[in-house]
Amino acid sequence: MPGPDMAIAAERKRVARPAGSWVARTLDNPAVLAFLFMLPAATLLLVFLTYPLGLGIWLGFTDTRIGRSGVFIGLENYQSLFHDNMFWLAVTNTVVYTVVATIGKFALGLWLALLLNNHLPAKAFIRSIILVPWIVPTVLSALAFWWIYDPQFSIISWALTRMGLIDHYIDFLGTPNNARMSLIAANIWRGIPFVAICLLAGLQTISPSLYEAAALDGATSWQRFRHITLPMLMPILAVVMTFSILFTFTDFQLIYAITRGGPAGTTHLMATLAFQRAIPGGQLGEGAAIAVAMIPFLLFATLFSYFALARRKWQQGGSDD
Amino acid sequence: MSDQSVGMDYLTRWPRKLITVYTPLAAFLVILLFPFYWMTVTTFKSNEELYNYKDYNPLWIHSPTLDNVKRLLFETDYPQWLAITMTVAVVATFISLFASVLAAYAIQRLRFRGGQTVGLMIYLAYLVPPSILFIPLATMVFQFGLYDSPIALILTYPTFLIPFCTWLLMGYFKSIPYELEECALVDGATRIQILWKITLPLAIPGLISAGIFAFTLSWNEFIYALAFISSVEKKTVPVAVLTQLVEGDVYHWGSLMAGALLGSLPVAVIYSFFVEHYVSSLTGAVKE
Repeated sequence: MPGPDMAIAAERKRVARPAGSWVARTLDNPAVLAFLFMLPAATLLLVFLTYPLGLGIWLGFTDTRIGRSGVFIGLENYQSLFHDNMFWLAVTNTVVYTVVATIGKFALGLWLALLLNNHLPAKAFIRSIILVPWIVPTVLSALAFWWIYDPQFSIISWALTRMGLIDHYIDFLGTPNNARMSLIAANIWRGIPFVAICLLAGLQTISPSLYEAAALDGATSWQRFRHITLPMLMPILAVVMTFSILFTFTDFQLIYAITRGGPAGTTHLMATLAFQRAIPGGQLGEGAAIAVAMIPFLLFATLFSYFALARRKWQQGGSDD
Repeated sequence: MSDQSVGMDYLTRWPRKLITVYTPLAAFLVILLFPFYWMTVTTFKSNEELYNYKDYNPLWIHSPTLDNVKRLLFETDYPQWLAITMTVAVVATFISLFASVLAAYAIQRLRFRGGQTVGLMIYLAYLVPPSILFIPLATMVFQFGLYDSPIALILTYPTFLIPFCTWLLMGYFKSIPYELEECALVDGATRIQILWKITLPLAIPGLISAGIFAFTLSWNEFIYALAFISSVEKKTVPVAVLTQLVEGDVYHWGSLMAGALLGSLPVAVIYSFFVEHYVSSLTGAVKE
């Protein structure tokens, strides 16, 4: 029987409808929804990142081999690594590789960024061309370098001979020091674009009026660079450098593709040595110990990044520009 | 990015600029691009020309040939490797995008307790390099019975894709005015409707950036693919070119460079279409 009561009830029902069933109501609770939304990412990261990180540390204390689960052996892996010249050579190589390559990348990358910060024709095009070495798979460009470093058919040696600068072909990968320098050169080559484009973005946020004011006060171009460009660039420089150091320190592809640690294991980095011992060598426990030995260095780089960022209050979600 | 802040560039005269700007810039471009030129030239040379620097100038191709490309496509598993790499990269990208959109929206918009801490954890997750994870992951992959299966790669690639994509998307979501969502809430839309019909359509540039970046990172991944896959026909392009095309002491540089060139093409093509997205996500991710 249609009446006013029915109309009111129908109206109530209509208003209440957005809440609907308890499923819809639960889904509209931000806390529940946030939990559900975080679930896929959190599950994947916990299972395939956090857990293996812990497992790796545990494996470093065991004598696990491929196909045989190991037992806890305490610090034995680390003790044997401590007396292992190959390991210390890898540590030295890694530190030298990281330091020299980082200095090279940032000196040249900053220079390139400053060049690109000029008024140039076809600037967007040049910028996009410059990023190509960074886009292409590292292993594939490393292969090109391997071919460029060929002892017999190196195009660099050929060009230098033609110019009359050398009379013997350079043995790029044949001696330990040559091989190390060649690897560092390839790493710098690959790192320049990333550094340059990131720093260029930083340079473009610096107001030109600062430079004009400094110039009016009689500052030389070096003083303008030293007292305006560098300080203004510092926050972004710190972040980019942290990333760069982190990825250079744990580099694997370039070495594996060009020298595979050779000649005679003298160019191994910690990552390639860990791989060598763990996968082809089968000593998973020892490989894990080498990988774990990289963590202190990485923590140092991360803390550096954290404090550089913390100053900019990004965690509060506020804008910092 | 604008060209507005070019410092006091307008004060510099032409001849001076030629020496201080154009010459070094040209040198940079030549050095950065030379390996690709060399790769291309080598690909299209015949073997006699390739190893004869006396009669032929090595910097130029005298009689171009497709032999190396043909050998690669018809006498090796190269097409198969391309297909595997493509499948793994696409599936891993979609899984990561799905998880990242939800996570970034939850952190940025639902503002749950501890959300900022979770955001920081995700940033830290990006700093964990594959080089220290591949050994324990290899033992896990073995235990799950996924060794030598592309599924192992599809499941592990998101570990470096999700942190990056989430971080990037958080920045994008932050740039979308919250008022739009408030209006919809007042009008009785559910949170899921808001995400699907308002936030996501507005975040499409961010989704494209995250997607192409994730695809590129998956395509370029090396160490997991090297450690978890052993069958020749299941390898990804970067691993296969390095391990299958190098036979003993004889390097067939022609086919090796053809493999490198063809393996670089897919990302190069995508890159050429979405350059601005790459640049903005690269610089945006660092600036955030």
